[in-house]
Amino acid sequence: MCGIAGSVALNDELPPPALEDLSAMVGALRHRGPDEFGLYRDRRVGLGHARLSIIDLATGQQPLANESRSTWVVFNGEIYNYVELRTELVARGHRFRTKSDTEVIVHAYEQWADGAFARFNGQFAVALWDSVGETLVLARDRLGVRPIYLCEHAGRLWFASEVKAIFAGDLSIPRKFDPLGFAETFTFWTTTAPQSVFAGVTELEPGHVRTISHGRVEDRAFWEPRYPVDERTTFAGSLEEAGERVRAALEDSVRLRMLRADVPVGSYLSGGLDSSLVAAIGRQVKGDRFHTYSIRFEDVEYDETSFQRTMAAFIESDHHEVTVRREDIAAVFPEVVLHAERPLLRTAPAPLFLLSRLVHESGIKVVLTGEGADEMFAGYDLFREAKIRRFWGRRPASRIRPRLLERLYPYLTRSPVAQRAFAREFFGRGRERWAEPGFSHQTRWQPAAALQRLFAANLRHEASRLDVTERLLAALPAEFREWSFLAQDQYLEVRTLLSGYLLSSQGDRMLMAHSVEGRFPYLDVELVELANSLPPSYKLRGLDEKHVLKRAAAGLVPEEILRRPKQPYRAPDALSFVGAATPDWVTEIVSEHAVAEAGVFDPAAVGRLWRKCRANPGHTQFSNADNMALVGVLSTGLLFEQLVRRVSNRSATIEFKTFVDQLAIPETGQANTGHVGEVLPR
Amino acid sequence: MTVQERVRGFVLEYFYVSDSAELKDEISLIDSGIVDSTGMMEIILFLEGEYGIHIEDHETIPENLESISRIATFVAKKHAAASDRGIAGELIDDP
Repeated sequence: MCGIAGSVALNDELPPPALEDLSAMVGALRHRGPDEFGLYRDRRVGLGHARLSIIDLATGQQPLANESRSTWVVFNGEIYNYVELRTELVARGHRFRTKSDTEVIVHAYEQWADGAFARFNGQFAVALWDSVGETLVLARDRLGVRPIYLCEHAGRLWFASEVKAIFAGDLSIPRKFDPLGFAETFTFWTTTAPQSVFAGVTELEPGHVRTISHGRVEDRAFWEPRYPVDERTTFAGSLEEAGERVRAALEDSVRLRMLRADVPVGSYLSGGLDSSLVAAIGRQVKGDRFHTYSIRFEDVEYDETSFQRTMAAFIESDHHEVTVRREDIAAVFPEVVLHAERPLLRTAPAPLFLLSRLVHESGIKVVLTGEGADEMFAGYDLFREAKIRRFWGRRPASRIRPRLLERLYPYLTRSPVAQRAFAREFFGRGRERWAEPGFSHQTRWQPAAALQRLFAANLRHEASRLDVTERLLAALPAEFREWSFLAQDQYLEVRTLLSGYLLSSQGDRMLMAHSVEGRFPYLDVELVELANSLPPSYKLRGLDEKHVLKRAAAGLVPEEILRRPKQPYRAPDALSFVGAATPDWVTEIVSEHAVAEAGVFDPAAVGRLWRKCRANPGHTQFSNADNMALVGVLSTGLLFEQLVRRVSNRSATIEFKTFVDQLAIPETGQANTGHVGEVLPR
Repeated sequence: MTVQERVRGFVLEYFYVSDSAELKDEISLIDSGIVDSTGMMEIILFLEGEYGIHIEDHETIPENLESISRIATFVAKKHAAASDRGIAGELIDDP
């Protein structure tokens, strides 16, 4: 994978972008693409690229131009159907110099303008500069696998794969937290694009293309998740046919992701159905052994080793494992936050950070993962829970209906009566509004929002004015209410947690931290559109989650993987930071002066939280609220320290393999391009 | 310190509330999200330890424990019941 960065002047009076600034941006993204660096500059725009070489190792360098060298592109990601697109473009008269997917982007843009992106099947963040029309085009894949952040400052638009590169590009950009970003995080568990936690920094929305031309900015969606509204838009086949179609589409998807790479591809194995199925198909497609990777936990509560090993043995993979202890999570958490660039309410990204390190050390650059299956095929407990709560809401006085919750959460039957009574109160709250948008997610959003009681007075005041749930629900697509309830719930899950957290904090950021590219077969556009078109009962059948996917998987994975109850991926949260192994940075981050300086939380409230957590030496599990509160406080403190307070370090020198400076005075008449260049820090 | 004040202090400390003015004695601790179902167990353990009362399963209902003021009323009721039993006990035990 790669990192992209750059800036464009929004008015004619500004000087050209400084090479040192562009170089500093690329330097901040070195972990995303350590193989080669590239730079393009003219009087208005600068494009930087850090490359992780995966396709067309020899000639796939960037920035890359069309035949006339008028349009330049930097690109992070993969266009899996580039072979087919290339054939089509060649037939239309385009001439190609390389075998890369990158070159397909410039020709596709020439051919179809910004209609090109809807033709791409892939995961991408693209910056395209048409130097003749002086137009910059930024585009991001449908579900937001690849990031692009934006910041307008002093007449320029800065953009980059990560916020730290924007802050490195211009040190005068104010680095400040945004109250709205925190209100969102402490509700949805993440910000939702375009919102970020940094004031003035936004994120390009998934599936959007933005065009910046002579100071005019246009932003439009080239794709949005759509669900059936009537018979015509609903998959018409039987459940059995749906299973076959899903299997075929998944096989195609895995084949594209397995074979369209000029380096070996491995796979993650969590022990659950989704990644097991991907790995099993990957093995078939490859027709040979390949590498698989798993996280084990020292705490048995989270561990899935036996299922992982069953699967690895079944497909005869070269299996690698990393065993994660609480102290490992505590030790890497500062780095995890530095890469995630947003507050976290869970430590779950940390083991994935350790896993990508294992992949990197084993010499593999690309892995398949099972991410996305739970969103597309309704795998989460939240979907089942919403179904029961709506069923209950239709007869709010029923004593029998809420007992279905015990089927879902067996711990309820084992809990003391007190907990059961109050859990029922919790799940049943507002059940008379069961048909309203967002009903499904209240049980997640309200407990998270209750943690805003930890906010400092100013922020609490601001946050109470900004009803983030109301804002989200007010911006839903017009046809939202025409979708089935399950589709509504899936849409909200995709819109909030999938792109903001799973694909980012647990995905791109943890993978790229160790220069590993993740590929997500369940997010293939053909498969996603097929899944979205299915009747809800094909996905969630009674309370059987991912029903059609299980049908598709029959015979491909062992029965014990197919039949096992779903285990949510979790890691020790607050438990990682208490007891004898508490690292020094923890006590520093929760200290009164550090909390006060960061300005997000009330120091006294954090003091209370920390006293309570510290009193538990780590023998008993914390409550959900305590877990989220402590991890949220620690990650926010680390974020402040590493991205807000600390000024970007610009000392590193970058050697550019591709260096195109349209402002350089040609010495040989042969012009200023293609040479190895070096930009020294100021 | 009254029961109400004592319980209030416990909730403030144990559920890390930053603004005590926002913690009204009448608000529902569950609906406001300050206390979840695990937290309710912690409150019960606190009440049993602090006031030497024994809270029966059938008493652990929102009507008794939902807010600080309800908790205070409930604790007072338990105390009264205990002392009634105490008096009754003395009567019986009295030779």
